[in-house]
This record gives sequence, C-alpha cells and structure tokens, in this order.
Amino acid sequence: MSDVALDPVVDSTPRRPRLFRNPWRKPWGLLLVTLGYLLWSLIPVVIAVVFSFNAGRSRSTWQGFSLRWWTGEPFDALFTDPSLRAAMFQTFRLSIITVLIAVPLGTAFAIGIDRWHGRPARGANFMMLLSFVVPEMILGVSLFLMFTQLIDNLIPLGTTSQILGLATFQMSYSVVIVRARMLSIGPEYEEAALDLGARPGQSLRRVLLPLLSPAILASVAVVFADSVDNFVIVRYLSGTADSEPLSVKIYSAARSSPTPAVNAAATVMLVATITVVLVGYLLYRRFSKGQEPADVGGFAQV
Amino acid sequence: MASAEATAEPQGGKRSREDQAAGRGGAWFPRWYWPTFTLPGTLWLVLLFILPFYTVLSVAFGTVEPLFRTPLPVYQPWYWSFGTFDTTLEKFYVSPAIYQEPLIRTFAYVFAASAICLVVGYAVAYYTARYAGRFRVPILLMLVAPFFISYLMRIYAWQSLLQPGGYVDDIWGIFAEPVNWLSGKPVTVILGLVYGYIPFMILPLYGSLDRIEQSMLEAGRDLGASPFHTFRRVTLPLSKPAILAGLVIVSLPMFGDYYTNDLLGSQNTSMLGNLINLAVFQPGQGQEAGSLTIVLMLIVVIPMGYYLRETRRAAERA
Repeated sequence: MSDVALDPVVDSTPRRPRLFRNPWRKPWGLLLVTLGYLLWSLIPVVIAVVFSFNAGRSRSTWQGFSLRWWTGEPFDALFTDPSLRAAMFQTFRLSIITVLIAVPLGTAFAIGIDRWHGRPARGANFMMLLSFVVPEMILGVSLFLMFTQLIDNLIPLGTTSQILGLATFQMSYSVVIVRARMLSIGPEYEEAALDLGARPGQSLRRVLLPLLSPAILASVAVVFADSVDNFVIVRYLSGTADSEPLSVKIYSAARSSPTPAVNAAATVMLVATITVVLVGYLLYRRFSKGQEPADVGGFAQV
Repeated sequence: MASAEATAEPQGGKRSREDQAAGRGGAWFPRWYWPTFTLPGTLWLVLLFILPFYTVLSVAFGTVEPLFRTPLPVYQPWYWSFGTFDTTLEKFYVSPAIYQEPLIRTFAYVFAASAICLVVGYAVAYYTARYAGRFRVPILLMLVAPFFISYLMRIYAWQSLLQPGGYVDDIWGIFAEPVNWLSGKPVTVILGLVYGYIPFMILPLYGSLDRIEQSMLEAGRDLGASPFHTFRRVTLPLSKPAILAGLVIVSLPMFGDYYTNDLLGSQNTSMLGNLINLAVFQPGQGQEAGSLTIVLMLIVVIPMGYYLRETRRAAERA
C-alpha cells in the first residue's frame, strides 16, 4: 500500500474540492442513477398494463378507460376470443405440468448429488450445470431438431414435447435452489435422526423433506413463473397454432398489428407470475422462520 | 423404497467410522442408495439434453434429401461429412460473406450492451448495498420484479413506447426532430438488450457488494486512501468475481437472442440468433440451422466453461 501514501492526490487534502471532503455525504449521483434505473425498468411495464384498459385500438395513445379488450367484443378481447382463451389455458397447463415434473426430479437429484461422491456423480452434476447455463436458444433448436428428425412423429410437436422441453430447462433451477439449501442445513439433523433409530426412509420423510420444504416451495414458485414466461422453447416446440401459449401469441402479435388485447394477455401473465412468487415468498418466510435469515436478496439469488 | 429401507441396516463398525469421518452418514445407506435419487434426473437429461444436441451434430454433419433439401441426419460419427458445415462457415468469411455482418454485429451489440449493464448495474447495486438503508427491501423487491415479468412483455412495452407517435416520440419531439426508433437503429436494439438482461447483472453484484465489510472500507480510509482509491484498491478487487460472473450471465443469453431484434430492430440489425431462427422455420434450411447452432455453441463455450469452473470453485470453498 506504500504507493498509495505517496500518491499526490492523497496528500493534497486541502486542495481537494469540497465535494470529496466528507466521506459521509449523501451519494446523490448514485441515488439518481438508482432511481432512474428503477423508473426506467418498471414504468414501461406499468404503462403496458394501463393500456390494456384503453378504449381505442391503439397501444400508445390513450383514448379513455374501457374493459373491451378484456371482456368485450367476441373476437378481440382476451376472455372472449377463442384463440386467446385457448392460449391462456395452454400457458397454465404447460406451467403446472412442468412444475409437477421438474420440481420432484430436481429435488431428488439435488438430494442424491449432495450425498453421492465420485466420478460419475461429478459427471451427472456437470451435465446438470451445463443445462443450467446453456443459452435457451441452443436447447430450443436442439429439441426442435430432435423431435422433428430423430424421433420423427413419435412425439409430435405440441403440448407433450413442449412439456418435455420446459421440464428439461427448468429442472436445473430446482436443483440449484434445493442444493443450496442442502448445503446450508448440513448432514447433522439427519445423522441425529438415524442415530436415534430412524430408518433411512423415515429420516428422509420426517427430517430432510420438512427441512427442505422452503427450498422446494421456492423452486415451485420460480419454475412456475419461469414456465409462464418461457418463450423460446415453447415456440419452437409448439407445432400448430392451437398449442401456442400466451407468450408466443404476444410475440406473433407484436410483429403484426397488436391491439390492447395483447397488453391484457401480458397483464394476465404478469399477475399470475407475481402472485405465485409473492405467495411463495411469504410461505418461504413462514417455513424458514428461525432457521436462517430469509431476506429478499437470498430468495432472489437462489 | 421398501427394499432400500430393509437393506440399509448399519453394517460393521469400521466402515461406519470411515464414512462418518467423510461426513456422509454412509453407514446407514447401501452404496446405491444416493445414486438412485439422481437416476431419474440424469436419465432425463441424457435423453432430452445430450441426445438433442447429438441430433444437432448428426443433422449438421449429415446429408440432405436432394429434392426438398430436408435433412437426412447421420447418426454414426464415422460417416459424418463436414462439407456442408464448411459451406456454412464460409458464409462468415468468404465473399459474399452474407453472415459476416450479423456475426460482427452480434459481438458488437453484446459487448456494448454488457458494458452498459456493468456500469449502470454496478452503480445501482452499490447504492442498494451501501446506502439504501430502510429502503433496501422495497428497492430489492423492485430489482427482483423484472425476473418475474415476461421478457417478451417488457420488450413489447418498449415497442409500444417507441412507436411513431408513442410517448418517447412525444418527449423527444420537444427537444429534437422526431426519430423512427424502430426502423433498425443499433442504439434501440442495444438498449433493448440492456433493458432485458441487466437484472441478471445487478443481483450478483449486489450479493457481492453486500458482503464487503464496512470495516474494510474504513480501514482503507483510515490508512489515507481517498474515496476513489478505496474503491479502486478495496471494493473493486473484492467484487471482481461477481463482475465476471455477471458479465457471463448477461452475455450468454444475448448471443442467442433474436426476439429483442425482432421486436425493436429490423433486418439491418439482425444478429446470429436471427439467422438461426430464420433457418429453423425455413423449409430446406434444417441443416443450416444445425450448423449455425454449432457456431453459436462454439462462441459461448468459453464463457460457459469459465462460469462452470467458478461455480465449482465456489462450491469447493463452501
């Protein structure tokens, strides 16, 4: 650190401008950037939600409040247009089934990989991490080529292949979340249970799974929200128009002539994901009470 | 499961002590007990992650049906031919190199967008970690929110704002001539990418800056360093792993991104992802799609490898 002391800037305290003299001054510049960023990141979304209630066809000029894009005309509004309604059901169907597959598989994998050591374990773990970081585009195109080339029409493009693809991509999320929890609780509780005479199955059911429940819950919320929002994989695997979920409809509409019904569709996705994540977060806080500090950052980082 | 419980009685003192020392509680479990847990997930990934990528190789290095040019994949590596893959590669550098511009553009956009993500993200993360005080939780909630708002909705929202006659035009029009933002302007696409992926930069940075002890900074100040020096010599080195991780996390999906450009740009701003996306849906371009996917894979393999290595190291330290 000697060169720091020799630095002329450090020695010239009296000549330093007033701004830099007080180390406890309010960081106005940073505050402005942060506020600016928060407004920039959220206001467009708020405006998009508001415009789903626009009375006119435009999604950029406000023409008064109405519900016509939600429940109005039979072929334009979200809840009455048959194709948008079908897309809404498809979104929820895909997401729920994906949660039911990806979370149990991911949880079991995380438990096993935490206890199983050795070369094959490292290989399996590497494959799982690879599926976590690989760009979605690569996985999407690969699955598309597999379902259309390798197992030609054995599993046609559509709901089944969409679910298979989504579950593949989402499994690693629940592995990462549950694994982090496994590392933080350690093996002691389970060993105590086994010492006290529990059989392995009992210690799993009555000690390990309850301890893991906050992480399992968090991964249900994250996997559900992410599946609702998923676009790249479900689009490549959707085949015909009737297996397209809301996200794909938004993409197609945004490229042609969108109406505020698209804003309404996006709002439904927004409400669904935010609700699930908030409920998940509140339950997570309840479940992990007294076990570890469960702050927002921790929840977000898993 | 019943058989697992039956055979899992404690066996022999010696092995038990060994395994307990290793912290695995292995005495209670037969050797195959834990691997069984990972089996379903592993099989799933082999069938739906490894096999699909092998299909890509087989399509790209296979042949095509001559009339409709539909791919005829070749699954035996010893029959693979690299002729068509070479033809695709040549489109990147042999004139008329029709893929060259999109490739250069991809790198330029990803670089610019990642750099902006880093600068803005660092400022936001720094403020939140150090100065947010009682507003920390609400700010964090707002920082996390974009993760759970569909990427497409967020870009669609900007598309509406940037339309001719939209709100951006209204404000811009006060100061300058109106600009058609959606006519294939690089700046729109780059800012779109920043908007889409910057949350992935902020959270790891926040996590790392939040862990730096206040006392470290005070020590730096006490020892005579200026605020700038304290930042450069203490804070910045301590947050370097998070910076690199953040750069990898934002740039990986950007390389494969095509929808940002589809919604905010035009053909003049198309990227590698757009090339792949077009090839996937064009009849007779299946093999091209496979070859371009391999190119994308080759580009991202280095940052991916770096990220995996760092994750492993972090896990070993824990």
